Amino acid sequence: MHIMWFTERQYHYDPETEPERSALLENQILRNRSFFGLPNENFDAQQGSMLLNEYLDEKIYSEDLGFDGLMLNEHHGTPFCLGSVMDVEAAVLAKATKRAKIVLLGNPVPTVANALRLAEELAMIDLISKGRLVPGWVRGAGSEQLANNSNPAYNREYFEEGVDFILKAWTKPGPFRYEGKHFHFRFVNPWVLPLQKPHPPIWIPGLISPDTVVWCAKKRFPYVALATKLEPTVEMWNIYTEAAAREGYQAGPENFGYLQPVFVSDNQQRAEELGKRFLYGGAFAHFARPEWMFPPGYNSKEATRRLARLPLAANLPGKPIHEGGGNETDAELKELRDGVYARYEDSKRELQMIAGTPDYVIPRLRKVLEVLRPGIFSFWLDGPVGYKDRVKCLEMLSKHVMPAMRDIGKELGLVDPFQRAPGSVPLASGRKPESVAHPDGLASMPA
Amino acid sequence: MAAKESVHEETHKVGADQLIVVKGGSGKPVLVLHEELGYPGWMKWNEALSERRTLLTPLYPGFGRTPLANWIMNIRDLASFFARFVREQNLAPIDVIGFSLGGWVAAEMAANDPGIFSKIVLVAPVGIRPPEGEIKDLFTVPALIYLRESVRDFASSKEFGALYDGGTSPEQYEAFEDARAETARLAWQPYMFNPSLPHLLEGTANNPTLLVWGREDRVVPVSAAQVYQKSMKNARAMVLDGCGHRPEVEKSEQFIKEVQNFLG
Repeated sequence: MHIMWFTERQYHYDPETEPERSALLENQILRNRSFFGLPNENFDAQQGSMLLNEYLDEKIYSEDLGFDGLMLNEHHGTPFCLGSVMDVEAAVLAKATKRAKIVLLGNPVPTVANALRLAEELAMIDLISKGRLVPGWVRGAGSEQLANNSNPAYNREYFEEGVDFILKAWTKPGPFRYEGKHFHFRFVNPWVLPLQKPHPPIWIPGLISPDTVVWCAKKRFPYVALATKLEPTVEMWNIYTEAAAREGYQAGPENFGYLQPVFVSDNQQRAEELGKRFLYGGAFAHFARPEWMFPPGYNSKEATRRLARLPLAANLPGKPIHEGGGNETDAELKELRDGVYARYEDSKRELQMIAGTPDYVIPRLRKVLEVLRPGIFSFWLDGPVGYKDRVKCLEMLSKHVMPAMRDIGKELGLVDPFQRAPGSVPLASGRKPESVAHPDGLASMPA
Repeated sequence: MAAKESVHEETHKVGADQLIVVKGGSGKPVLVLHEELGYPGWMKWNEALSERRTLLTPLYPGFGRTPLANWIMNIRDLASFFARFVREQNLAPIDVIGFSLGGWVAAEMAANDPGIFSKIVLVAPVGIRPPEGEIKDLFTVPALIYLRESVRDFASSKEFGALYDGGTSPEQYEAFEDARAETARLAWQPYMFNPSLPHLLEGTANNPTLLVWGREDRVVPVSAAQVYQKSMKNARAMVLDGCGHRPEVEKSEQFIKEVQNFLG
């Protein structure tokens, strides 16, 4: 099993040392009902500089702690994530680390107007890291399309064509001319090519889009589910496994990855207090307002049809939203905040956040591994937690949790994509594939 | 027969593609080009004009009813598609009324071939960058917010509630999203204008043109009217006080009278 860790690198103030600034920022996000679009007058460059350095230091240190992979991502125009150009951070890690994989989940291909430039950036990171790059591609959230002026109606076309083009740029001898529907390059001949041949391994992260899952299965790219609920994740595994069978192979743990929010500390109460901060500002529910999450044409017709028939919630597109928003009284704001943090109990029950001592955390992680059987596993640490507590959590994961995870992985046969190439187990035509996920385990969740 | 009862849909072929056209009324045909949210329905002004004229409203490809035509990637593609329809139906020269996005389509058709139209009515058309203010962004707000912003005061605008049958059904949500997606394909960038249009429109000096605008238009600032008028030498601008982006709904009586007089 390949074990890595991830953080969004949130812009924050430590609530314990700077409670007022932390609360003020959170109130701004709550009033906005969205991290995306928060006016950048709220950005303090000194704070941003300090945080980016801390986040890089943590990543570099965690290699010494034994993590197999250092996972990064990218978002734009939001305090949710400071990694607005992830490849810059990846380049730093490429030089500052020696062993760990640098896992980019993922580069938002549609928002990068120049796919050739992206191919070159990634090739450089692979060379500097001496072949440790794992690139991944995403369509980018809806809000990224607005932040980068990338036409959302062509998002999936940009994505699929861009990925094909990058692979071609890495593998087809140049110079050649490329004329696609959306990308045009007169002279494709990148001098700097990746070290890993024929190209670095590619993993694809996602939030349960069946279209993406099927596309991954066809391409034999592992699919990494980003902290999605267990039941729908099992469904996605099944869709992947069926699509893989149509392609003539048996999917296995090497085809799947899972990102799990976790917080570990040496006493249960403190761990939960810190884990609860994962919900700061409304967390993913306030990633961006619906009209920014679903810009025109970004969703498939089927997804739009489903959305149209959801009961009209306060923030759903189609309904005038946010009337009077931004002028809440202190009491209304408190109610809003309390509602956000009240979700913690559900997250805990559904294993969407596992916060506790190692003794509490390990059996719950075992349950996740038993149900989903992923070959790739990433811890997710987030929320406004100070540097010392974050590092302590990483150290405890390394010392107490990771060894247990590795044993469980061995016991369950959770091979990763470096141990067995995804798509390398043939399946005879017409044979029914074996299910990778074991949903029976959902019936008995840890108390 | 009352005009509304005459309203029906016809399906045409334009090359390999289908085109659904809403047809209603009787008399000499008028081409009606709808706005960026779609075809809002048969309103009072349709009813009044269709007493003496046949209104032909093509439903744009990709807006939900007429199937998407993948090759149509910008407004000129769409304008050329409709020009072919007009030619092949032997409708040219035809009078045209274009609303907002439809006004831009009409302007592109006229710029490309002024002879395709006799008289042109452009109602708060996009297509030209306003020298003052910005065209409201359809792509960052829900469709219903955009719809509401399109009139000066939705609460006092009598026909507002009838637009898109109220606009709140799941089916209409899907239709709005189809319309927004296709509009994004056509006009994402530059947003809702063509920098060369003011130059190209100079060739329309023989087309009598009526520009209708609300002085309080929050979608397309009225400053754009000056540029249209400067480029179209035979254009008259009618700017209505106390009116937003929908003169045909907000000031329907005045709109009907002026347009009837203009078209003859």
